Amino acid sequence: MTRDHTRAEPGATERRITGASIRLDGVAKRYRGQEKPAVERLDLDIEAGEIVAFVGPSGCGKTTTLKMINRLIEPTEGRILIGDRDVTDENPDRLRQSIGYVIQSGGLFPHWTVAKNVGAIPRVLGWDRARITERTEHLLDLVGLDPDTYANRLPKDMSGGQQQRVGVARALAADPPVLLMDEPFGAVDPITRVRLQDSLLGIQQELGKTIVVVTHDFEEATKLGDRVLILSEGGHIEQYAPPAEILANPASPFVAEFIGSGATLAQLTLTRVRDVEHEPVVTASVGEDAHAVLERARARGHDRIVAVDARGRPRAWPTLAEVATKPQISDYIDGRLPVVGEASTLNDALDTMLAASQGGVLVTDGRGRVRGSLRIDTVMAVIRSYTAEVRAEDDEPSYVSHTEGSADDGRRSS
Amino acid sequence: MDLWQYVRGREETLLFLTYQHASLAFQTVLVGSIVALAVAVAVYRLPVVSSLTLTGSRVALTIPSLALLALLIVPFGLGVTPSFLMLAFFAAMPVIGNAVVGLRSVSPAVVEAARGIGLARWRILAFVELPIAWPVILSGIRVSTQMIVGVAAIVAYVLGPGLGSLIFNGLSRLGGTNSVEMALTGTILIVAVALVFDALLVLLGRLTISKGLR
Repeated sequence: MTRDHTRAEPGATERRITGASIRLDGVAKRYRGQEKPAVERLDLDIEAGEIVAFVGPSGCGKTTTLKMINRLIEPTEGRILIGDRDVTDENPDRLRQSIGYVIQSGGLFPHWTVAKNVGAIPRVLGWDRARITERTEHLLDLVGLDPDTYANRLPKDMSGGQQQRVGVARALAADPPVLLMDEPFGAVDPITRVRLQDSLLGIQQELGKTIVVVTHDFEEATKLGDRVLILSEGGHIEQYAPPAEILANPASPFVAEFIGSGATLAQLTLTRVRDVEHEPVVTASVGEDAHAVLERARARGHDRIVAVDARGRPRAWPTLAEVATKPQISDYIDGRLPVVGEASTLNDALDTMLAASQGGVLVTDGRGRVRGSLRIDTVMAVIRSYTAEVRAEDDEPSYVSHTEGSADDGRRSS
Repeated sequence: MDLWQYVRGREETLLFLTYQHASLAFQTVLVGSIVALAVAVAVYRLPVVSSLTLTGSRVALTIPSLALLALLIVPFGLGVTPSFLMLAFFAAMPVIGNAVVGLRSVSPAVVEAARGIGLARWRILAFVELPIAWPVILSGIRVSTQMIVGVAAIVAYVLGPGLGSLIFNGLSRLGGTNSVEMALTGTILIVAVALVFDALLVLLGRLTISKGLR
């Protein structure tokens, strides 16, 4: 088990990076008639292929800073560089066509189908129809929506999470090196949010874009960000570092207060599902003979099997007794199936487990294919090892080392 | 009173007057709507000017049509020109109101997303804002059409075209042969024109309003 947050597992080093670096050089935004600037001279370097999360209390200028990167808000002073290109004076529409942009709830065009939404910028760029169709199908697949089912849907016929996925697909349509996201998962329920976050991490793993995410949720920032930028009022940088470092060494009292929660919980947020051991699962396709599946499962000593669809995505996670009640593997879809992505945090996994009855979660890869399962015991073992470490570092006396009569009763009430 | 007897033998004249009336209403609503859209597009992004325009368009509707017609005779004389101008003016008013309201009610998130992905200002207007506002604009055009088909009868006072002449001739000779039949025929035909136009506009809505907006 590694506790290293950086994505240094095999394969990560060979990952193709298609993103571009972003540099903000002394960027400031002042509004007329306001004494204090919204953002005061901010310098920031974002490396190509990284996810950076901007986080801070409301009014700290995180959204303003984000919108200055694609010049939805024109900076009052300073320069913006994407890759080696100084974009400060570029035509703003052309600039934005080369930067993906995702807002809360997706911001889809309600009068257009999903396919037309995704193809909006390729159409402006004059791509031919065949290429747009191909690109749209590829992107819908990438964000986890079946093109045959969803390409001709209208936004109002989709859930908030699905709309958000289409929003991401639309932003990626012209293959921009940079993706900006303004509180993208703020308006969806917690379970959908975890799935969307996992999906985004999977996409990032696959595409290697540079992604900037604005969020007000520090936990989300630590989950998504390779680096987290903590801002305080006026766009003042409090700390800009990988999440593990921020948790270990908060740069200022502001940061310490902002990140709040205890070290153990934070560690659960830093540890990814892929960093801990998974149990293998027995999978079976819909329509397979139940008998053969049962035998296969028993031979490997499993008490559950995973019913998967043609793409290997889990549909249900029945016990062997449940499987035995039908002659074939049913096409039943469990709407409350506990699933987390490999990029999910243990915190997400624990949340999902506690809400489900199976005593564990299924682990899926970026495309939603099942990879294994994670049991609640495994997570508990991780928590125990952390608490043990935290105790060891503590200089508090333990039960054993306690000197009789030295207990400080006053501390209990504090 | 025998309507059929009055109509029989006059079919051609009645058909011609009906056509004239419908044509006048169609053209004035078309011109009025285009002008209204242009005005709405010019003002909808300026909050103060927008509400002034809205108020203005409502106040303008309270001008008596006859008074406006009388004023227009001074520079333009009798006939088609003052009739056309008066009707186009009134046709524009409900459309201006609805177009301003429709364009302003497009969700700011959608417009921001459109800007954010790099759609130029004119594309946002043409492909995002106007289509989303279109159901509201179209209902303004329906109101306007109903009103204009009715009001168009008045232009007979300045010797304008259409079915109004039947009504005014009939009323001026009240008591004479066929006078009531004449006025009644004009009225019924006007109502018929209004109903046909409304049905056509409903059909237009079916064909042009995205299912995503219903």
